[in-house]
Order: sequence, then structure tokens, then C-alpha cells
Amino acid sequence: MHGVEGFMYPNEMELQWSILIVLYPYITGLVAGAFILASLERVFNVAAVKPTYRLALLTALAFLIVAPMPLQMHLGHPERSWEMYVTPHKESAMAMFGFVYLWYLMAVLVLEIWFDYRKELVLTWRASTGIKRQFYGLLTLWSDNISPEALKLDDKIGRTLTVIGIPSAFMLHGYVGFIFGSIKANPWWSTPLMPIVFLFSAIVSGIAAVMLIYMATCKLRRTKIDMLCVDTIARYLYYAFIVDFTLEMLDLIHRLYVADESLQALDFMVKTKLFVSQIVIQIILGTLVPLVLLASVQMLKWSADARKRIYAAAGLLIMIGIFAMRWNVVIGGQLFSKSFLGYTTYKLAFATKEGLLPAILFMILPFLILWALVKILPPWEDGGTHAGDIRHGSTTGA
Amino acid sequence: MSADASPDRREFLKDSGRWILLTGAATLAWDFVVQGAPEQAPNYNATDHWWGMIIDIEKCIGCGNCVRACKAENGVPMTDESFRTWVERYTILPDAPEHPIVESPNGGYDGFLDLKQHGDGAKVFFVPKICNHCAHSPCVQVCPVGATFESPDGVVLVDKERCLGCRYCVQACPYGCRYIDPRTETVDKCTLCYHRITKGLTTACCETCPTGARQLVDLKDPKDPVHEFMRTHMINVLKPQMATGSKVYYNALDGAVR
Repeated sequence: MHGVEGFMYPNEMELQWSILIVLYPYITGLVAGAFILASLERVFNVAAVKPTYRLALLTALAFLIVAPMPLQMHLGHPERSWEMYVTPHKESAMAMFGFVYLWYLMAVLVLEIWFDYRKELVLTWRASTGIKRQFYGLLTLWSDNISPEALKLDDKIGRTLTVIGIPSAFMLHGYVGFIFGSIKANPWWSTPLMPIVFLFSAIVSGIAAVMLIYMATCKLRRTKIDMLCVDTIARYLYYAFIVDFTLEMLDLIHRLYVADESLQALDFMVKTKLFVSQIVIQIILGTLVPLVLLASVQMLKWSADARKRIYAAAGLLIMIGIFAMRWNVVIGGQLFSKSFLGYTTYKLAFATKEGLLPAILFMILPFLILWALVKILPPWEDGGTHAGDIRHGSTTGA
Repeated sequence: MSADASPDRREFLKDSGRWILLTGAATLAWDFVVQGAPEQAPNYNATDHWWGMIIDIEKCIGCGNCVRACKAENGVPMTDESFRTWVERYTILPDAPEHPIVESPNGGYDGFLDLKQHGDGAKVFFVPKICNHCAHSPCVQVCPVGATFESPDGVVLVDKERCLGCRYCVQACPYGCRYIDPRTETVDKCTLCYHRITKGLTTACCETCPTGARQLVDLKDPKDPVHEFMRTHMINVLKPQMATGSKVYYNALDGAVR
């Protein structure tokens, strides 16, 4: 019955947080990571990653729009979620989600994108007619001053926003880690390392996602991949991944060495119910293999073609590995009894409210939104679409 | 009417009078029964009380009366995964004092089957569980909208009109005392029979316990026997390391109980 071994408290038989809650840290992680990559160029002046700057911002926005959707779907009463804004319980970490989310969406991401694209928006507005003209007029908020002074101010504001955005991105995802890390009832979650582990895994997954999306869009648009750009991204990915892996191993070694009461339950779980998702997918395929691949690029001289393949393989494995990490945290944390005397099983349904199908749709949706965003706000450096053409044709240049 | 009415006639009048009175009273009461209107408790002052419970493990016989009474009194879903209170049976073998065998079939609703033979020397006892109505509740802390709150008399309650059904409180409770009511899609838990205790009654589980293993106590009442009980017994709370300010005090709680 219920796939239970040993003893669970009777109310623990059913898992409370499903795959939709796995998606939440995964998606917000991609947002935070993509933004950190964008800020590399903007704040830290890593010029080589410029081709991905705007793509990273749009990716972050696309995923951020989707981030609260699985949460809403999961709620018993989504129609009441507005209460979190009007009457938040200030002691609750979760109550702050709405504010952190809104701050990040509106005060950071949307503003930064708007200031960055303002010139192209105005030029497209001027050059178009009919509904398109109305639409771009709305996007510019009917502000058409693109004098050099105005653009200089835009740039200054954009840079300031990125500077504010970095701690905001840290907060957005560190906070997600805190939601889990602050649950003292659950030893699998309860560690002060949780926010920082979440943060670094977020940076890793976001950088990997933007790198893959950049390479895929180059292939789709039949343009040349800027190897200096992807090499640089891969290098930062490698560094971030080393920190992430170190933190995760620190957490694991600490648990094994301290060996408190919960270890028996957790140790057993990792050897049985989580063996495939944790040991095989997360640690071996999702971490060690891509780390070796990325390290090999730093040490050996591969051809450009080989490097592209390595990056694609490493990026995909990282994306899967980080998803497995979220899975192991969220689902794994509910598979054992808080009595430490038994284990239950997670039964993933398919076409139900919290099944695999909505999860798949929620993972496809950001790409559709990104596609639409790219159509409206072309991020390409090399022209080929209207905004790029305008920029090339404009006197000030990009 | 003559003064010397026959006894039959006098009895008849008496009976009729009784019937009329009773019918009138029943008619008046019936409105309340139909409406489910709660009795008034005009003299109840929440700040005068600080409710808790004493559970004496030495007295519990695992009959399951409390579980059944709770489900009936509070309309708890009749599934085997929703309980406001439940009973666990611990069996501790002499060679494995830290690895108890624990069972709670259907939360102890149907009582317990005869014990399987574990050989001589097995220590067996029952542990009734209930929300601990913690003074520093992790569930109250995490609720994003304050739907879970602590009443001034120390009872942790849920406002079902506000609960989002996010289930964060279920994760935060170290004791597994919360479940989602599938009918309302909101969280549910023991209310310490708040509708009863504010009228001067005890909880349904305490009311039906045949051995007095459970006792509702008012820690603010200096005359409550709880103070004497706490002085004269070895008292502990569940998972004291969680520091939740639990107000359900156990007598004779074995260290193996989780």
C-alpha cells in the first residue's frame, strides 16, 4: 500500500510537493544564471560574451514569466495567491516570494531590457506603419528621444540596473534555497548551505542554457558561432561548476562525517530510491562527465568543431544534471518519514494537474515566449532582421 | 374541575403538561440543531487560558476510541492518510533499543491486531499523537498568508477561508500532524476541539478515552491538576531538539519514540 517501507506518520503517505515544485527552483535558477551571464558583459566588461548579452536577458525574461505558473497550478486555491501581496505574513520566507519576484521582474529585468532596446524600439516605431507602429509605439512608451545624450543616459541607467540586478538575482535564487534550507523539520533540506548551493547550481544551469540556446540559434539562423564567445562562456561555466560541485560535495561529506540521526535514513535513500537520480544522473552524468569535458577544453587543444560538440554535450548534461539535483532536493526530501523510520514512493502521474504532461508544457512554454520575444526584440549582433538592420543602418552604430 | 379529581385524571394532566413543555423545548432546540448553530460562550475569555494536553503512555491501551471520536466529531476524511490524531504502537526488542518497530494501521482507528511474536523481552507500548499546539510553531512561521495562526489561548488553528493550499506548513511540521483536506483543498489539523473547549467541554479524544490517558489541561489555571502531574511524573515532549515549544506533555515517553 502506498509503496511504503517501514513506518511513515499516517499523514505523510502522500507527497505534498510534486514535479511542479521541482520546476520552480529549476526555472528560477535558469533565470538567475542567465542574468549573471548577461551581467558578465555589462558590469564586469567581459567583451567576448557580448553576442549572448541580449539573448541572455530575453532568456531570463522568458523563464521568469513562466516561473510562477507551476506554483499557481500547484496551489489548492490559486485565486487566493494575491493575499500574499496584500496581507503577507512577514515571518514567512514564502510570503516574500511575490515581492522578490515582482522586484526582479519589473524593477530589474524589464527595465534593463527596455533601456537596452530603447533605441531599436524607437527606430522600428518610426520605420513601421499600421498596427506594428502602434505596437512599437506602446513598447517605447511614446518616448522617442534617442539623442546621443539620451542614449548615454540609457546606458548609464542600464549599467546601474545590472549592478542592482546581480544582488537581486542572487536574492531571487538564494531565497529559493532558503525556502528549503530553513525547514528544520527536514534534515535533507535543513542546511545553511542550501541557498548558496542553489545559487551556484543556478548560475551553472543558466550559463549552460544560454550557451546552448546561443549555439542552437546560430545553427537555426545559419550564422557562424562566435568561438571566442562560447569558449569564454565555457570557461566561466567551468569555474562556476567547480564551485558548485565543491559546495555540493562539502554538504555530502559533512553529512557523512557528522553522521547524525538522520544519516541512516538519508544514506539508505541515496543507495536505493535516489540511486539513479542522484548518483547516476546528478553526480556522474550531470556533474563529473561535463566537468571532465569542460576541463579537457582548458587543458587540451581541441579543434573548433570538437569544442562545439563538447560544449553541446556538456551543456545538455549539465541541464539534465541540475534538473536531477532539483528533483533530488524536492522529491528526495519527501521520500523519508520525519520519524526516520520509513520511506514512501513518489508516483508521477502523466495527464493530471500535477503530472508529467503539465511539467513538460511548462518547460516548452519559456521557449515559445523566448521565440516571441526574439521576434519582437531581435537580440542578434550580426543583423539579418529588422532591428539589427536598423542598427547597422543607423549612424551611431551598435 | 372538581377538587377530588381521580388519580388517573391527575396523571393525565401531569403527562400532558410534561409533553407540552418538552415539545416546546425541543422545538426551540431544534432550530439550533438544524442550523448547527454553536452554543454561546459569553463567559469565555481566551486570554485566561493556555491550553495543552497530557498524554500518559502508561495508561494508553491502543483501543482507538480517540481516533474514531476525533474523526466523527470533526468530520475528518475517512481515508487512511488524514488524521487529526492517531495512535502508534511501538515494539522495542531488547537487542535494538534504537530501532523500534512502529505500526499505525489506519492511524489506529480500528484498534490494533494481536502483536506478532517478537520473542521474549519485547517492550510494547502505544503512543497517541496529536498536534502539539507549539508555542513557537514552525507551521505558523512559514504560512505565507497567516492562515495558520496561534489563538490567544495557545491553540494552533487554520483559517480555511485564507489558506492557499501551498502545503509549506505540512513540510514544516516536524510531527506529521497536518494533511490536505481533499474536499476543501486546504490544510487541516487538530483544533484541540476548539468548538468544545471554549464551551467548558473537553476534547472529543479526551472525552472518549476509557483510561484517562489523555487529559486536556489549562496551563494558566493554577488549580488545574496538570501542575501536580508535571511535578510528580517524568515528563517529556516529542522531538525536544526541535525546540517548538510543544504543549503536549507525555508521561513515560521512551527515548525511541519519534
